[in-house]
Amino acid sequence: MPLIEVRDLSREFTIRRRAGVLRRESVVKHAVHDLSFEIDAGEMVGYIGPNGAGKSTTIKMLTGILVPSGGSALVAGLEPARQRRELARRIGVVFGQRTSLWWDLPLRDSFELLRRIYRIPDRTFRRNLEDHVALLDLGDLMDTPVRQLSLGQRMRGDIAAALLHDPEILYLDEPTIGLDVVSKGRLREFLRALNHERRTTLMLTTHDLQDIEALCDRVIVIDRGTAVFDGPLSSLRINGGASRTLVVDLVDEAPAIAIEGAQVVKVEGPRQWLSFPADASAAPLVAQVAAAYDVADLSIHEPAIEDVIRQLYSH
Amino acid sequence: MSGALHQFSLYAAIATRSFRRYSTYTAATLAGIFTNSVFGIILSFAYLALWEQNPSAGGYQADQAITFVWIGQALLMTIALWSGGATDDLAERIRNGDIAVDLYRPVSVLGWYLAADLGRGLYHFATRGVAPTIVGALLFGLVLPSAAGAVGFLVSVVLAVVVSFAVRFLFAASAFWLLDATGPRVLLSVLATFFSGLTLPLTLFPDGLRQVALALPFASYIQTPADIWLGRHAGPDLLAAIGLQVLWAVVLLGMCALVLRAATRKVVVQGG
Repeated sequence: MPLIEVRDLSREFTIRRRAGVLRRESVVKHAVHDLSFEIDAGEMVGYIGPNGAGKSTTIKMLTGILVPSGGSALVAGLEPARQRRELARRIGVVFGQRTSLWWDLPLRDSFELLRRIYRIPDRTFRRNLEDHVALLDLGDLMDTPVRQLSLGQRMRGDIAAALLHDPEILYLDEPTIGLDVVSKGRLREFLRALNHERRTTLMLTTHDLQDIEALCDRVIVIDRGTAVFDGPLSSLRINGGASRTLVVDLVDEAPAIAIEGAQVVKVEGPRQWLSFPADASAAPLVAQVAAAYDVADLSIHEPAIEDVIRQLYSH
Repeated sequence: MSGALHQFSLYAAIATRSFRRYSTYTAATLAGIFTNSVFGIILSFAYLALWEQNPSAGGYQADQAITFVWIGQALLMTIALWSGGATDDLAERIRNGDIAVDLYRPVSVLGWYLAADLGRGLYHFATRGVAPTIVGALLFGLVLPSAAGAVGFLVSVVLAVVVSFAVRFLFAASAFWLLDATGPRVLLSVLATFFSGLTLPLTLFPDGLRQVALALPFASYIQTPADIWLGRHAGPDLLAAIGLQVLWAVVLLGMCALVLRAATRKVVVQGG
């Protein structure tokens, strides 16, 4: 049985706006519309989409702080909105732009309060604290008030906090937003290890596609409330109609290369760019080019995942 | 650990952390003690002039009236008369949406904020309550309570914090619908200043208004604890005074729970 089961999930919002001096009109907005997917235990799923696509609305419904207006969601066998408290003990949530730590208290005190809130057994608490504090490099920060932490430090603190009670599922909403490259890298490494060693199911929403490429085997792309893609990252490239690029450096300048299965998209002196479908093999193209021209160098570029997704949205 | 014991240990931990949180602002505390003392001195001289004209105004002797002033100054911050404390955190968290974090925790939101406010109240009582009182005692010589009065006073102060918390919570929770609770907060400050006994003992109010004022929850803030300290409520009357505070505490906390349920429904069902 899947750990997260979403079936025709919908959520409408009624927005009232002024339509005259006294008159108001109501507009119904479908934030999420007939969304269905399943996530198995131990998966790492990237949940992506443009602003306003319904990502946060979905997460809110999965954590039980928003009631669906249609369809159903089942998380760890529980109905989120009806069994919110019970579910809260089994999931962890990290919002990149909010903190669950206490601003004026040292990190240690926030962890101590969470221990009591979630009734974490002493042994579990100590083990998690030791593990996560070491891996997230929080050792020297335990006695620092949260308000004095940098964004990256605070985020690490928040992740450690969300994991103290051994959640089966960890939702991460924009976990790397505003972090520098080093902090991002460290965080991704930690999450990968967490998933690998503890089999914690991860679902993350992000605008940073490097997060997805570094972490997720599977991607769900949502646009205007519905899933427009659900599958492995590699097939996202293909299904998105993406193309790879063969960059050819010729010894001498030449007119556009004419070979079967590829199209020249750009010529710059002796360098030419040839575009071909992402699911096609590059080998025959390389052979054709090498046979017909004097080639100084060759390289192949994978499609940028940003471009693939941009294409998906525009469909 | 049994459920009840566990709950208690959680709330005690919250109160302790809240106490510690306020104790980090030492400079603010010292400045506050100074301010309370200055206001205590100014009001004491004003009261002395008033009581010289009318030596038993409101049923108080001059020295009792001065004591009333200093109790008011001591409780001002303890009960967070002009707001501040956990309920301000609540209003802010509603406004910026962090309240969502509170809602998905497996713990009662109302219990959480009450515990935090009690921890804060204890800190303010121990600092901004005790210190100005010592200043007042040294400068003016305050009336001291009997043993029963002292115990009754402490119980009454705890109830004062609870009642004040519940009232502040209700006003702060208006932010769920108004998005900003600044307006209601100002209104509450005015009401509390006038009807708590901070400006004048409620017993000085004219007939009619006096009875109403004494029955309002604001009377629990300063008037009731001060009268218990001064021995004006003794025996069965002491129990009645504390009973009224308990009644208000229960009724108001019940209202808080209802409002919170409606607010949660609004957030969870209507989506903000």
